[in-house]
Amino acid sequence: MNSTTLDRIRNNYVVQAWLVLILAICFGGSLAAMQVALGPIIEANKINETLQKVPEMILGPKKAAALTETEQLKIEPQTIEVEKNNRKCFYSVFKANYPDGKPAGWVAKAVGQGYADKIEVLVGLDHKLKTITGLFVLDQKETPGLGNKIIFDDWRSQFVKKKTKTPLVVTKEGAKKGNEIDSITGATISSRAVCSIINTVVKDLRTPLTKGAN
Amino acid sequence: MADAPTPYERFIQGILPENPVYRQLLGLCPVLAVTNGMNAAMTMAGAVAFVLFCANIITSLIRDLLKPHLRIVIFTLTIATFVTIADRFLAAYMYQMSKTLGPYIPLIIVNCLIICRCEVCASKQSVIHAGMDAIGQSIGFAIALGSIAAVREILGTGMLFGIRVLPEMWPDWVVMVLPPGAFLTLGLLLGAVNWYGMRKETAGATA
Repeated sequence: MNSTTLDRIRNNYVVQAWLVLILAICFGGSLAAMQVALGPIIEANKINETLQKVPEMILGPKKAAALTETEQLKIEPQTIEVEKNNRKCFYSVFKANYPDGKPAGWVAKAVGQGYADKIEVLVGLDHKLKTITGLFVLDQKETPGLGNKIIFDDWRSQFVKKKTKTPLVVTKEGAKKGNEIDSITGATISSRAVCSIINTVVKDLRTPLTKGAN
Repeated sequence: MADAPTPYERFIQGILPENPVYRQLLGLCPVLAVTNGMNAAMTMAGAVAFVLFCANIITSLIRDLLKPHLRIVIFTLTIATFVTIADRFLAAYMYQMSKTLGPYIPLIIVNCLIICRCEVCASKQSVIHAGMDAIGQSIGFAIALGSIAAVREILGTGMLFGIRVLPEMWPDWVVMVLPPGAFLTLGLLLGAVNWYGMRKETAGATA
């Protein structure tokens, strides 16, 4: 091999980048191994967070905390397909039954646009979808100190026992009617976003979830 | 390399004389974004420390093999690997904190503090130098994050690490936990550190 050929090989991009390639393979392998080890834990964290909230969403925090081991609700995750505007959308819902098989209620995971980013909530509903039994914000990036007050119990608790017959509306002048929700001062958009998510999820799931429930 | 800083000098310089935030103005994205609470700030400082230490050690180990025009690619590759490890680790074992920090952990990849230390120190000096430099800079970064977070959390919520330190009657200065509070606090603390530095220099010159 003459010196010109050797130089050409030496100057080849792939040969020059040998260290990059070796490091990429080593790092890629170690990341894959880490994903194998930690992936299931991360998935379990996500599922646990939701499952832990289900009894609280249906029975309320006090009753849920007082449940003994034999009284624990049986939770069955389901995926519900809903057709809207010629598009299919999917809802993750959790059906909760008492140990004796009597239906306790539903918890639906729903996502909607907030002020800053998407808001992901868990909505607890009775088994006939007539009353809201709980609300929990799983994920939000609303303005700290203003919009992020949607995560606080004080504000969320006003949704409990609200009827789903008429859509919820946000008011700034103190909620009087049954379907009115007090807006958070300085965060009307975030408050409206949460109400809108709940109204949409109730509307979309009413038919598929109440088909067999009587 | 006779004049190159010793490992001890590297360590001590990172804490205050060459503090990454107050002196070099590096890594300001997390400084502004995650300092509305001490818990988040300290977790971010820990993640940056882990990535900086590992990236410095690896870069220093392969420093003789680095080609000048490919060094940035290698730094980025190394940093991205350790950031992914930190991100996944937090998601597995500190799930709520991982959710709180959101995109700011993956954004450590583009934190110029780490790439700067790889370039300035780790790619030129031994593993001991690189390790001590990483520890010093990480402590400096943690001090900066902690000082800003403490001011913002105390004034904004009356709490520190989520524990109330100001009386209930304290009217929470909400602006301090909002983005303007980050800029105000950083500016004021930066001014204070510079003022202190200049005063020390003047005192040294007149002595």
